[in-house]
Amino acid sequence: MQPAEVERIADLARLELDAGEVQRMTAELEAILGYVEALRTLDTTGVEPTVHAIPVATPLREDRAVAALDPERALANAPERSDFAFVVPKVLDEDET
Amino acid sequence: MAGDRFATAAQMRADLDARRVASATLVETALARAEAAAGLGAFVHLQPERARTDAREADVRRARGDPRSPLDGIPVAIKDLMVQEGEPCTCASRILEGFVAPYQGTVVAKLRAAGAVIVGRTNMDEFAMGSSTEHSVYGAARNPWDPTRTPGGSSGGSAAAVAAGIVPIAFGSDTGGSIRQPASHCGVVGMKPTYGRVSRYGLVAFASSLDQIGPFAHTAGDCALALAAIAGHDPADSTSLPEPVPDFAAAQRGDVAGLVVGLPREYFAEGADPEVLARVREAVAELERAGAKTREVTLPHAPYAIATYYLIATAEASSNLARYDGVRFGRRAEADSLGEMYRRTRSEGFGAEVKRRILLGTYVLSAGYYDAYYRKAMQVRTLLRRDFEQAFGACDLIATPTAPEVAFRIGEKTADPLKMYLSDIYTVSANLAGIPGLSVPCGFANGLPVGLQLLGRALDEATLLRVADAYQRRTAWHEQHPALDWERAK
Repeated sequence: MQPAEVERIADLARLELDAGEVQRMTAELEAILGYVEALRTLDTTGVEPTVHAIPVATPLREDRAVAALDPERALANAPERSDFAFVVPKVLDEDET
Repeated sequence: MAGDRFATAAQMRADLDARRVASATLVETALARAEAAAGLGAFVHLQPERARTDAREADVRRARGDPRSPLDGIPVAIKDLMVQEGEPCTCASRILEGFVAPYQGTVVAKLRAAGAVIVGRTNMDEFAMGSSTEHSVYGAARNPWDPTRTPGGSSGGSAAAVAAGIVPIAFGSDTGGSIRQPASHCGVVGMKPTYGRVSRYGLVAFASSLDQIGPFAHTAGDCALALAAIAGHDPADSTSLPEPVPDFAAAQRGDVAGLVVGLPREYFAEGADPEVLARVREAVAELERAGAKTREVTLPHAPYAIATYYLIATAEASSNLARYDGVRFGRRAEADSLGEMYRRTRSEGFGAEVKRRILLGTYVLSAGYYDAYYRKAMQVRTLLRRDFEQAFGACDLIATPTAPEVAFRIGEKTADPLKMYLSDIYTVSANLAGIPGLSVPCGFANGLPVGLQLLGRALDEATLLRVADAYQRRTAWHEQHPALDWERAK
């Protein structure tokens, strides 16, 4: 694990880290990844991955309209809103284009 | 008077039925004790007005001879990640500052339908990521047995609230041990039900394939009442199991004669405090005197459980926590562009442990590492499940220590995340395998509580409750309580 790698994943996760945080996280992630290396010693050839411990078939419900959260409630926690929309800063900037 | 400070819900119910006390009094007493114990950091939010109204209504129902359930009028607490319509829900995070839940979670709806009176919301590690309740925006919660120590975590506030006699029942969530480990450290009973037994609708997600809500109480009997109130299929949670819910209360008063208790060789080998292991062995001997048989079993992949857990849990968390972007709810940082707003909001809103886990999870899911880490962990998860399937071919339940040591000191592990993760070494496997687990007080080491963990087959909570109940009928550890001298010292 290198500091540049930590910066890359921080960017993927939309996190900003200062130089001190990058340094600390690099060391901590390095230690954790070192610990999980133990899994590599296990032969898992042909072992099916477990996504859910208790498998259930995807349940289907009747195709019928049911009451959902009404727009007023859905917007009640909005940091900024306009009528029935969430307002956000402009979408494009030099980083996002 | 509200009677014994450490009364169980069952005792409170008897007092309510006999008109020796009113729910209004029980609730007022719980609120006053929560205030007096503010230094404990167990609660992050009290809801006195709603609780008083609910208690009065419960008293009216009882006066009519029409209580809704054994929990009608009983004060309870919920962890600050269970949404309750019209109340805050912050997950002890700055990023959910000011959030008021716009809908009712299923467990809260079921508790209200049972008449239980929610008095407040309990402290936790931010987004349930931690084993000590130190990673909270409200500050660390403290252990009622020794306020210089942590109550464990992440549901440490709920465990402390029960241990300190504030409420007889509290609810938490358990993703890798977050109910059982604090129950062990605080000397109370704590149960993680089978994955899917209790609806997750309205439980703020940490790791969706592992999270499960469960109760804390002084006794297995109270846990049975609490689980009965919240269990059952919910169409709003696609992972909730359609299986019928047994009568957990009837599971009590059963004897344990003939049950086979498996003792996993790997869990008694090394790594645990010898005093803790001694208490657990004594508890197993007590179960033998009660007529249970014991048998050594093996869970050969146990040494890989923590690594597997931290890969899967962080991968799921990094995905679940993507929703905190400042757009629709919670805290938003000022910025000139959307991208900058996302980054600033998340960087200011999340604490260090949450960032660490998001980074690890993002890394293990990222291109080039997915197979080596995430897929590998899911394969080892299969091996861990098979270990339990094999073991349960030879025994009815498994007994282990809940935690490798007693409650540790505040600040002792915060500088070393990996050391903190190892607190969950005996508990994470149950989440990975989806099976139920319970911690019951089994004595003391250096004056601090020790927990015996019982693990059962999927959907067999009843056997765990029955064995824990039988054990508590033969022992009095759960009748020992902290001195609460910190209350005066605050």
